Amino acid sequence: MASWPILSITTFLPLLGVLFIAVLQGDEQAVNRNARWAALWTTIVTFAVSLILLWRFDAASPEFQFVEKKAWLGGTTFYHMGVDGISLPFVILTTALMPLCIIASWEVIQTRVKEYMIAFLALETLMIGTFSALDLVLFYLFFEGGLIPMFLIIGIWGGPRRVYASFKFFLYTLLGSVLMLLAIMAMYWKGGTTDIPTLMKFNFPAGMQTWLWLAFFASFAVKMPMWPVHTWLPDAHVEAPTAGSVILAAILLKMGGYGFLRFSVPMFPLASMDLAPIVFTLSVVAIIYTSLVALVQEDMKKLIAYSSVAHMGFVTMGIFALTTQGVAGGIFQMISHGVVSAALFLCVGVVYDRMHTREISAYGGLVNNMPLYALVFLIFTMANVGLPGTSGFVGEFLALIGTFKANIPVAALATTGVILSAGYALWLYRKVVFGALAKPALMGLKDLGPREILVLAPLVFLTILFGIYPKPVLDMSAASVAQLLENYEQAVKPKKAAELKANEARAAQ
Amino acid sequence: MNPPVVMPALFPIFPEIALVVGAMVLLMFGVYRGEKSTDTVNAAAIALLVLAGLLVYTIPAGKHVTFGGSFIVDDFARVLKILTLIGAAGAIILSLSYLKSERQEKFEFSILILLSTTGMLMLISAADLIALYLGLELMSLALYVIAASNRDSLRSTEAGLKYFVLGALSSGMLLYGASLVYGFTGTITFTGIAQAAKDGGIGLTFGLVFLFAGFCFKVSAVPFHMWTPDVYEGAPTPVTAFFASAPKIAAIAMFVRVPVTAFPAITPQWQQIVVFVAIASMALGSFAAIGQKNIKRLMAYSSIGHMGFALVGLAAGTPEGVQGVVVYMAIYLAMTLGTFACILTMRRNGQAVENISDLAGLARTNAPLAFLLAMLFFSLAGIPPLAGFFAKYYVFLAAINANLYTLAVLGVLASVVGAYYYLAVIKTMYFDEPAGAFEPMPGALKGVLAVSGLFVIFYCVAPGPLVSVAAAAAKSLFQ
Repeated sequence: MASWPILSITTFLPLLGVLFIAVLQGDEQAVNRNARWAALWTTIVTFAVSLILLWRFDAASPEFQFVEKKAWLGGTTFYHMGVDGISLPFVILTTALMPLCIIASWEVIQTRVKEYMIAFLALETLMIGTFSALDLVLFYLFFEGGLIPMFLIIGIWGGPRRVYASFKFFLYTLLGSVLMLLAIMAMYWKGGTTDIPTLMKFNFPAGMQTWLWLAFFASFAVKMPMWPVHTWLPDAHVEAPTAGSVILAAILLKMGGYGFLRFSVPMFPLASMDLAPIVFTLSVVAIIYTSLVALVQEDMKKLIAYSSVAHMGFVTMGIFALTTQGVAGGIFQMISHGVVSAALFLCVGVVYDRMHTREISAYGGLVNNMPLYALVFLIFTMANVGLPGTSGFVGEFLALIGTFKANIPVAALATTGVILSAGYALWLYRKVVFGALAKPALMGLKDLGPREILVLAPLVFLTILFGIYPKPVLDMSAASVAQLLENYEQAVKPKKAAELKANEARAAQ
Repeated sequence: MNPPVVMPALFPIFPEIALVVGAMVLLMFGVYRGEKSTDTVNAAAIALLVLAGLLVYTIPAGKHVTFGGSFIVDDFARVLKILTLIGAAGAIILSLSYLKSERQEKFEFSILILLSTTGMLMLISAADLIALYLGLELMSLALYVIAASNRDSLRSTEAGLKYFVLGALSSGMLLYGASLVYGFTGTITFTGIAQAAKDGGIGLTFGLVFLFAGFCFKVSAVPFHMWTPDVYEGAPTPVTAFFASAPKIAAIAMFVRVPVTAFPAITPQWQQIVVFVAIASMALGSFAAIGQKNIKRLMAYSSIGHMGFALVGLAAGTPEGVQGVVVYMAIYLAMTLGTFACILTMRRNGQAVENISDLAGLARTNAPLAFLLAMLFFSLAGIPPLAGFFAKYYVFLAAINANLYTLAVLGVLASVVGAYYYLAVIKTMYFDEPAGAFEPMPGALKGVLAVSGLFVIFYCVAPGPLVSVAAAAAKSLFQ
């Protein structure tokens, strides 16, 4: 079995589904039905195959596993794939969420079903590839390629302002990424290769590190998104169809955080140390400012989108605290947010499908006729707030502890974000679910159907499981995180010592 | 006693001979058979281009110089000649159904393309200034006529006339530059100029600038791009497809060969000109295309931008840069032919339509066509994993290596601006309400579109071979 390239199979299996769906012929009803089933089975099989990865993964080793290396672009650029404890959780998250997305789109999407399923499956390949590429050019290929299907998903099946939102999404992300591409080229000439493991061990000169770091930052900060380049996200979320929002929030945003962990910190440690204050500042602004913005939103999806920006602020803060707890917390927060924000968008989708509006003021008192929905929504709202016992708490708590060790004022300011998040999330919940069921349009709403329960139940389970037993996720990445930080400390030791000496000398004078 | 006349080695020039002789025979055939002969002539012309390609391919490896050093065949020439021949053959294939439905079947069309292609091959192989000019004029004269081939159309004749007047002006400038270079170096062969130009000097630089003005006109680079939108729009669409493909490759070959082989000593001088031209072309191509309503005009600005990107590779002035240019032109050729196959499909009620808004809702009326055209446009925008990304990747890789950071940053920013108008076309096809179906696509166009579309999509699976061929071509220029 060892000879099977399981990682490549996981990555490209969805393309097989694309081919199958593309050749479907016949009357529209039959094609739509077959496309749905084909997409569902493809994503389920892909998920099953990715579980083999999980099962055979050796969490004790910080090295890349399931490595495949084949000649590709010529020269030193190879088709090089592999996962470690940092990337594997994201691969599993992607494969696990895709079947849920397909089920969530089952009845909602009635037009151009074939193209829809093709776009989603192609997107899945590109997302898995992004997390498992071990070559910069290959990474860029997957990373940027994801723009094409997402552009079409927002633009074709989106809301009234979909054209504006899709263009903004595409051009913002592209603008950030092309600068990263130039940095990749500069690294190629300096390091002589685009191989990621090799470049992780390569010491770039300090001055060059700063520029490279900034170029990568341009891309990942947009993707994350960090304040002040986050403005594409609320638009994209509001206009995207429910499943598009889910993927956007749960996976695409995580590419930014993953990029910081895979490239910025290990390859440019000196720059990461020097420029961490910038990240801290932007993160704290994001946490406080976007939480305040979320408080005044009238659109449910927009509110959750702003809360995503705030939560990603915790991630960047945790990562650049560069302590074990901070980085582990950042990773955990990303996984947790992947589950929780996906679920929240699905919850919005549930009522949107019934009412066709996302205005918060159009709702109220849903607990009276949708008790099950009220319960599920409550669990995810609490997870979003970071209530202990839910997965949201673990990530935020670890990130805050980690930051506290590195920078106390930043941690203190960021903690206010926890309070604010309780403010907007509970406010949303109260407006939508509690109160009197006064609006006539709401009277006839039915509670969650079997399909919706099928989609939301696994997410409820994971949210609570990771809340009380976060060990599986933390253990999976522990070895890789430890090695990441060890290498980082090694790299910055001389500089830190020199700074310490300079400070002492100044104090002695 | 006269010295015995030594016959120059002819085998390097067999492809050109085949084309010329073939064109003459076909011309006679056409004259005697009249308009009925068009189909035969077209088929024979494609066969001739294939034959010429095979002849180019069979020239033994290595560098062959003949005709007293004015004609050279090296790896660089071989690769670009084959690309040019593919472009010319593609243009003839694209023209078949169009000329039929527009009732413009004239056998001269293919013959003019053959003659013009001969000029291009000469141009690619030119190793001195006279040979260069001869090739250039043979190419251009045929092109002027083809541009005006739709004699009854005001727009077509206007395009031809405009192209001719401006083209003559640029030829004049090029000749003036050539005479200056000759005056300051005392020789016309590129190797001789390279020897004599060791010290540079203001006069030589002056001559170089005039030469470059002529080159810029031929590749339609800013600031000599003005003819492009009008000619692209006015000429019959298959002619536009031809203009956008084969002559661009030949002109870029000349633009690369002359500075690299004749002026290596004054690289910094010509480098800054190329940097400026590249930046200006990329910027103008990106910004001016935004407001276009006509898809042929859009493609004109797009081609101006693409020439700017290709010149980024030349600006580096290194083997890596030339390799980037060759890769760029190969991929550009595939994208252009595919895109024009789509544009030629845009027909309703027996009329060709050219507005971007006519593409509205194409994804619903003809999904495969819309999908391939969308992939071509994403590729033109340089989005991975499509072929257009690799084209840009190699030229910018070279620019970074040559420390041209400003050029690289401005270039990628221009590509983001450019992405906007490509996206706008895709938006029209995918997001807008259908504007009615086009007529069924002729088989020949389907073939061209399928080949180029699949190339663009699947290039990322095996990018290695083209890159190594381009590397060999680039190396041969720097020996």
